[in-house]
Amino acid sequence: MTTAVAVDRRRPPGAPAGRRRRLLVGLVVCLVVLLVVCVVSLMVGSHALAPGAVLDALRHRGDDEASLIVWDKRLPRTAVGVLAGLALGLAGTVMQGLTRNPLADPGLLGINAGAAVAVVVAISAFGVTSVAGYVPFAFVGAALAATVVYGVASAGREGATPTKLALSGAAVTAALTSVVTAVLLTSTPAVSQLRFWQVGALAGRGSEVVAQAVGPIVVGAALALSLGRALDGLALGDDVARALGQRVGRVRVVAGVAVVLLCGTATAAAGPIAFVGLVVPHAARRFVGHDYRWLLAYSAVLAPAFLVACDVVGRVVAYPGELEVGIVTAVVGAPVFIAIVRRGRAVTL
Amino acid sequence: MTTTLDVPRPDAAGAARDARALRRSHELRVVVVLGVLLAFAAAVSLCLGQAGLTPGEVLDVLLGRGDAISRFVVLELRGPRLATAVLVGACLGVSGALLQSVVRNVLASPDVVGLTAGASAAGVIGLVWLGLSGLALSGLVLVGALASAAAVYLLAWRDGLSGYRFVLVGIGVAALGTAVVSYVLTRGSVTDARVALTWLTGSLNGSGGTALTTLAASSLVAVPAALLQGRRLAVLELGDEAATALGVRAERARGLAVLTSVVLAAVAVAAAGPVAFVALVAGPVARRLTGTGGPPLLGAALVGALVVVVSDAVAQFAVPGTVFPVGVVTGIVGAPYLLWLLVRTNRAGRGG
Repeated sequence: MTTAVAVDRRRPPGAPAGRRRRLLVGLVVCLVVLLVVCVVSLMVGSHALAPGAVLDALRHRGDDEASLIVWDKRLPRTAVGVLAGLALGLAGTVMQGLTRNPLADPGLLGINAGAAVAVVVAISAFGVTSVAGYVPFAFVGAALAATVVYGVASAGREGATPTKLALSGAAVTAALTSVVTAVLLTSTPAVSQLRFWQVGALAGRGSEVVAQAVGPIVVGAALALSLGRALDGLALGDDVARALGQRVGRVRVVAGVAVVLLCGTATAAAGPIAFVGLVVPHAARRFVGHDYRWLLAYSAVLAPAFLVACDVVGRVVAYPGELEVGIVTAVVGAPVFIAIVRRGRAVTL
Repeated sequence: MTTTLDVPRPDAAGAARDARALRRSHELRVVVVLGVLLAFAAAVSLCLGQAGLTPGEVLDVLLGRGDAISRFVVLELRGPRLATAVLVGACLGVSGALLQSVVRNVLASPDVVGLTAGASAAGVIGLVWLGLSGLALSGLVLVGALASAAAVYLLAWRDGLSGYRFVLVGIGVAALGTAVVSYVLTRGSVTDARVALTWLTGSLNGSGGTALTTLAASSLVAVPAALLQGRRLAVLELGDEAATALGVRAERARGLAVLTSVVLAAVAVAAAGPVAFVALVAGPVARRLTGTGGPPLLGAALVGALVVVVSDAVAQFAVPGTVFPVGVVTGIVGAPYLLWLLVRTNRAGRGG
């Protein structure tokens, strides 16, 4: 990821039509990148396949080894990566717009941790074993955590500032992590099941996970993408947004529902993955500027590409074993986070 | 204590001296009360357990009498555990109070700013991969804590140290440390992972032996070293300019305090794992009790020790049949406290 200090983030505004064409071309390029990353993700692994073999296997599904690897292992895994990336990228963008906060990320603000606690409780107390079973729990947990974090941070006169949000997110995450650990320590089977899920991993996710996650994520993504204009208004401040005829309260509720749907499902499917929702919108902002309609579209394409790419990196770096994708995103994302903090002025968006 | 308008100057100075003396005696009283409470909690924790002992029996053992069984229970089982709890609590409390004073922010505890995350990462690597224990493990944990502290200090440095930048950079570094920990956990076997997880939560189970000796020796050096810095830090809290005017070299004093804080945190983490939130809670509680201007280092040590001893008793006996690691209790108690602290500082308009 690019962490170079940007001197001019805003290019001189060209003619609107030219700018739109440039952005459209850029979006197509991003789509191509996503496609390439997905194909690479189908090729790379402990048993590497040539592009031709992958295409063959995709065209007719047989009983040979390549077919099995592609259809049963790598295709569902890549699909989960695309879905979770889409969800986390959009959720991060919406949260950054909604809270006017460059440090907003579902992982850092404790929302993934809320979903994680709920899933841990679901597994250990209610014996839930399928992702479809996790999902409702994850929604409740994500919603509760989001409410607590936002509530704590917005106490006081100046409302939820970036710093306060990040701190209360860290606090809530710490609190919930203790709960998770307390539950985990009571049973070894839970440890063996959850230590992988808790990192955030795409490995071993079957096609049934994809089928269960698709619905909520599509709904959440549609809601998020519809918010572009509203977020542009909010970026100017609540009062201006109101003066422009927006119903600020309603926008907040819709955005909250979208974030909970997206984060809850992504966490249930792939575990709590941090920093995707932070890094991708910032990268996109470099190219797009501050227009949230484009920003959302770019995040929706770039975030899956980023997450799947991180997954591929995790498979290559630790070959023949692999690194969970949550670890790779943390290693890439934490420096970006620190860079944003260091560029002091970015603390107000 | 009446200072009417026509009181001449010398008497006003005398009143100020009286007030200072009063405050100091108040501080002394608080310290004594905390000490008594700690002694009481320690006595109770020596009596509790499967083999219940009466206070008289415990006293007998401590005076060198008593029968073989109660001697074994007190001196071999509960005593080392209690000593570890007291020392770990004191180290963490002082470590947090030092850091909070230097950064001038109550949120800057070693937990939040990534010191414990770095120490945990090193500790887990030592525990699971290298199979270390005792002195070697302590050394590695110290290296981890120092490395992460250096990273946070350097990355947060930009024309001086801003409290909130320090905390936020710390959160980022903590995320990296956590990633390393998760990586090690997923690599090991389930049994290793569970042992590591218990250590990561902070546990006093099986404390004693060389770990206790290491802890005792290093805290006997580090805690007094920290207490000696109290006066200088109190001056430093007035601001760099005032401190320089009063003959304190600000940057050097700060660096030394951070270093001491890191060493203390590392010593505690090496002995019992990163017991959550003790370092965060002890400082503010002690400052509130003593009401002094400067960093309440001695008070923080006592509060930290008290918190760990009581939490450990709760962790052992709250749920019959299950001995939780002490960190679970401090985490569940400490996290709401942290949230309350956030709400309160936010209300006061100091929340950044």
